[in-house]
Amino acid sequence: MARAFTPKVVTANDLLEGDVIYLTADNSWTRSLSAAELITDEADAQLRLLEAQSQPKIAVGPYLADAKAGANGPEPTHFREEFRRTGPSNYDHGKQEATADV
Amino acid sequence: MYKYNDFDAAFLAERNRQFRAQVERRIDGALTEDEFKPLRLMNGLYLQLHAYMLRVAIPYGTLNPDQMRALALLAQKWDKGYGHFTTRQNIQYNWPKLRDVPDMLDALAEVNLHAIQTSGNTIRNVTADHFAGAAADEIEDPRPIAELIRQWSTDHPEFQFMGRKFKIAVSGASNDRAVLKAHDLAVQIVKNEEGEVGYQVLVGGGLGRTPMIGKVLNDFVAADDLLPYIESVISVWNQLGRRDNKYKARIKITVHELGLDKIRELTEERFAQVRPTFGGADQALFEDIKRHFAAPAFRDGGTEAFDAAYDADPVFRAWADTNLAAHKAPGHAIATISIKKHGATPGDATAEQMRAMADIAEEFAYGELRISHEQNVILPHVHKNDLPAIHARLKAADLATANIGLISDIIACPGMDYCALATARSIPVAQEIATRFEDLKMEHDVGHLQIKISGCINACGHHHVGHIGILGLDRAGVENYQITLGGDATETAAIGTRTGPGFAYDEIVPAVERIVETYLAQRDGAEETFLQTFRRVGMEPFKTALYPASEKKVA
Ligand code: SF4
Repeated sequence: MARAFTPKVVTANDLLEGDVIYLTADNSWTRSLSAAELITDEADAQLRLLEAQSQPKIAVGPYLADAKAGANGPEPTHFREEFRRTGPSNYDHGKQEATADV
Repeated sequence: MYKYNDFDAAFLAERNRQFRAQVERRIDGALTEDEFKPLRLMNGLYLQLHAYMLRVAIPYGTLNPDQMRALALLAQKWDKGYGHFTTRQNIQYNWPKLRDVPDMLDALAEVNLHAIQTSGNTIRNVTADHFAGAAADEIEDPRPIAELIRQWSTDHPEFQFMGRKFKIAVSGASNDRAVLKAHDLAVQIVKNEEGEVGYQVLVGGGLGRTPMIGKVLNDFVAADDLLPYIESVISVWNQLGRRDNKYKARIKITVHELGLDKIRELTEERFAQVRPTFGGADQALFEDIKRHFAAPAFRDGGTEAFDAAYDADPVFRAWADTNLAAHKAPGHAIATISIKKHGATPGDATAEQMRAMADIAEEFAYGELRISHEQNVILPHVHKNDLPAIHARLKAADLATANIGLISDIIACPGMDYCALATARSIPVAQEIATRFEDLKMEHDVGHLQIKISGCINACGHHHVGHIGILGLDRAGVENYQITLGGDATETAAIGTRTGPGFAYDEIVPAVERIVETYLAQRDGAEETFLQTFRRVGMEPFKTALYPASEKKVA
C-alpha cells in the first residue's frame, strides 16, 4: 500500500544569499516558513516542485519538505527543517538573527 | 617556508578569473545549477544548510602571519567575523554570499592561498604532522614531500575525475600526529639499516561508513621512487576502483576486496611502466622545495624567564604542562594554542584572535603558524623564554585555555548546525561536554582523553579513532548518539568498539560522564590513561555503567 501523503512545503536555498527560502502560494519566495504554501495534495506537490524548478535564477536545489499546519502557518515536522528555519545552535546566526533584530 | 613560484601565481590568477566569469554566468542564467555545481565545488564552494560555505586549503597546515591575517580579513569583511578550522587542516567560512566569493578568492590569492581541490573527486589537500619541522621525534620535515605531492597532483590530468576523492597524509616522526592510518595513502619518513632516508607507504585507511586501518604497502621506497610509486598506486586504484557504488569506491574497499598482496603486485607492474617517465625533474624540484622549508636560525640562550614564570605562576604552569611539546632545538618548545575554550565551538576563531595569533607568531615565533587536524593552532618554534609573554598575549585574546589532549579538547565536525549531509548536531554536544567537565573541575585529574564527534556516518569528526567516539544519527526523526570506545588515532591506530544502543540528545553528556567515572574507578593509578585502562579491562565495566540491568530489558 502506498504511504499516505503528508503535507509539504517547497523549500530551496537562495542563489545569491544561499539562505533558506520557501515557495508561497502566489509563486514568489519567502524567507519565513510560516508564510509558505502548505501543500496537502500529492499531485499538486509535484506541480509546485516543477514551478520551483522553473525558477533556477532564484532557487537552488528545491525539494519537498514535510510540514504540518500550525497556528501561524506551516511548521516543520523534522528537526532538520527546524534548524533550517531557525539557524545554527552555536550562534544566533541565520534566520534567528533577523528575528532578533526586530 | 615555501614560496609559490610565478607559475603558481599565474595559475591561481587565471583560475580565479575563470571562476569569477562562471559565477557571473550562473547569476545571469547562462549556466544551470547542474553545470555550475561541479565548478563551484572545484573551487571549494559548497551550499550548506543556511548558506554557502567556502573551504580554503591550508596545505600541510602551514601558515605565515600574512596568510593568517588574510584569513582574518575574509572572516571580517565577507563573513560573520570568524572562521572554522576543520579536521583536515582547512578553514571554512560559513556565511559567504555568492557574489562575494570571487573577491574572497582574489584576496586569498594575494597571499598564495586558494580553495582548489578542497572538494570533488581529486587528490585533496595533503595533510602533514602539525609539528612538522619542529618535533623532537622527527627524522625529517615531511612538508617538502607534502608540497611535492601537492604540486604534482594539482591539476594532474589523470587524477581530476577519479572514482572518488583521495586523501594523502605525510609524517616524519615516530609518534603519528597526522592520523596516517586513516588516509587513503600515507607516507611515513623512515630510515633503513644503512641510515638512508626513505618512505614507508601505507594504503587503504579511511573512516566513514566502512572504517579501515591503513596497511603497509611498501616498507621502504627510495626517495627518487616516491612520486612514481604514489602515481602507480593511485593509477591502479583509479582503474580498478569501483565506480558503481560511491560507498565502495574508496581505495580502502579496493584493498579490502583484492587483498594487499594483489594491490602490491599491480602497483609493482604499473611502477615498472611509470618509473621511466619520471626523468629526475621531480627530484630537482624536490631539492628546490626543501630549501624553502629550511628551519629558521634558532636562537641560543637560557630559559631563566620560563623557569621563573613556571615556578611562580600556577596558571602559566598549568598551560605549559598541557599545551607545550618537545622541540628539536635546545631552549625551544612547540606551543599549541587551544581553539577549544570550554563551551565555545571547537575550531572557531574570531578575526581578532586570528590577528592576535599572527602578531604573536611574527614577534615571537619565527613567523610560523600551523593548523592541526585537532582544530587547534600551533606556534611550532618558540624560545621558552618568550613563553610567559606569549601566554600573557594569549590570555588577552581569550586564547589561553590549558586543555590540549584533555577531555575538553574535543574534535567536532560542523554537524547539523551547518552541514547539509548531517544526521544530527555535533557542536552543541562538544560544547556541553566541555562545560560539564569544566564545572566538575575534573579534566586535569582525568588526563589524556580524546573525544571525537561526527554528525553523520561520513566521520569528518574522526569519531572511530576517538578514545570516546560519538556519532550523531537520525533515528526516526530524533537525534540519537552512538558511542564507541577504545579508538586510537596514533601509530597504534584502532577503530573504536560500539558500546551498544545509542543515547538521546539529553542523555549523551550524562553517558560520557558515566564512562569517565568508570575509568576513574577502574584505572590502575593516575598514570594509566583512559585508553590503557580500556585496553586492560575491556568493554564490560563501561557497558555495565552505561546500561544498568534494569534498563537492559527495554533496550
Ligand atoms: S561528518 Fe557528516 S555531518 Fe559532520 S561534517 Fe562530515 S558530512 Fe557533515
